[in-house]
Amino acid sequence: MKEKINWKEVLLQPIFKGNPVTVLVLGICSSLAVTVQLEGAMVMGLSVIIVTGLSSFVVSLLRNSIPNRIRIIVQLVVVALMVILVDQFLKAYMYSVSKALSVYVGLIITNCIVMGRIEAYALGNKPIPSLLDGLANGAGYALILIVVAFFRELLGSGTLFGVRIIPESFYAAGYMDNGLVILPPMALIILGLIVWVQRSIQKDLQEK
Amino acid sequence: MNTNGNTYTVIYSTVLVVLVAAILSFVSMSLQDKQNKNVKMETISKVLTAAAESDPSVTVDETSNVMQMYADMVTSAFFVDGSGKEVESMELGKDDLNRIEVPTTADLKKQNDLLKKIDGGEKDLLGQLRLPVFIFDVNGEEIRVIPCYGAGLWGPIWGYLAVADDGKTIKGAIFDHKGETPGLGAKIAEPAFYDEFIGKAFSDADTKFAVVKGGNPDDLNTVDAISGATITSQALGRGINLWVKYYEPYLKTVAAAKTEKDLQQAAAPAMEETAGEATINEEE
Repeated sequence: MKEKINWKEVLLQPIFKGNPVTVLVLGICSSLAVTVQLEGAMVMGLSVIIVTGLSSFVVSLLRNSIPNRIRIIVQLVVVALMVILVDQFLKAYMYSVSKALSVYVGLIITNCIVMGRIEAYALGNKPIPSLLDGLANGAGYALILIVVAFFRELLGSGTLFGVRIIPESFYAAGYMDNGLVILPPMALIILGLIVWVQRSIQKDLQEK
Repeated sequence: MNTNGNTYTVIYSTVLVVLVAAILSFVSMSLQDKQNKNVKMETISKVLTAAAESDPSVTVDETSNVMQMYADMVTSAFFVDGSGKEVESMELGKDDLNRIEVPTTADLKKQNDLLKKIDGGEKDLLGQLRLPVFIFDVNGEEIRVIPCYGAGLWGPIWGYLAVADDGKTIKGAIFDHKGETPGLGAKIAEPAFYDEFIGKAFSDADTKFAVVKGGNPDDLNTVDAISGATITSQALGRGINLWVKYYEPYLKTVAAAKTEKDLQQAAAPAMEETAGEATINEEE
């Protein structure tokens, strides 16, 4: 049985049409927690891309040998391995960012996107498509993270990547950073707005 | 092959776990040095920033070689116990930068636990205290840096205070935290907040220092709290107060030495004999 893989769909589906955050509503917790600053959001996004890609790849390599009864445990071990590796490298080479992300790098283990893609895709597909599927899903997650972080950092701190964007004269004229945007509830509202925008463009996602 | 048999499952999981453990320990061991160095450099840069804050000619930022700067500027670093006596010294790294010794936040936490017990009445633990002191020569001025530590809203908060040679005046301060609310409590780590400390002083009263709501900039012993971050601000004030309280015996000997020196300078060279009474022990 030779199936033809639609590469374009594997790569693009998770970015927009089947975005893991806005359509599948997975990985919400961390997208609320690490989107205060753009830099942190980008590193977090990158870490998730690496973890989803590599775990899907490894699990797909092992897929025919994994005993079915301990399937989830084996997947967890693989994911945990990748997450710890990423965490260790961040601590050694990007210390300040790893401090800002604190526990959330470790919590990628519990990110449903990773396990979701392994269960749904990597277990039934060859290693290379699985790798791409993982990377693309990570990218879809990272994209949402960056959009949310963009608004939160701009409105909440008046900066982007730590560089001041809102001019001092605005503050002199009475403009104030919105402290509410910094707090997680506002991230959920921004996320909700993104979902709204996407569903009004993509009518087929709307529920009757 | 039957991948669902018991034997297969057991062997499979054993091999997998051993393999993963081997990879992880290898990576962890090869990155350990670099990670420890990062942590150490962060502490050093914090201590240095506090020390150099009152002197605009010295800047500490991400590009500075903090270890070299530390080794150049530090004149002595040691631990004092609860009676203000110097008990142990720290390696300054003058010959080899990699040997610089600084206490970690875990060490500060241990001291903080001791301080809390002592404050709760277990005075016999005073002798076990090991409170770090760093003495810097910042362009001719003698600056002492002491840490403080406390529990914030979400996790520990800590910082370093630079004290002038009168044992009271704050020449600089810097704070850090594990996970305070960004934009609110996390502001304790921003210059806009910790610059307020410059020029303030520890009080002789029971409350050495406080972070208060609507603080008056002219009040020497308080700074204004961060609005929206009451718990973090108060925790910081309490932390500073607790630590300074037990640094006081040491700071008093510093102050006494300075008074002595000033007197000598004023009276010199006529009354050289007074130098004999160099050790004044103040008891209250």
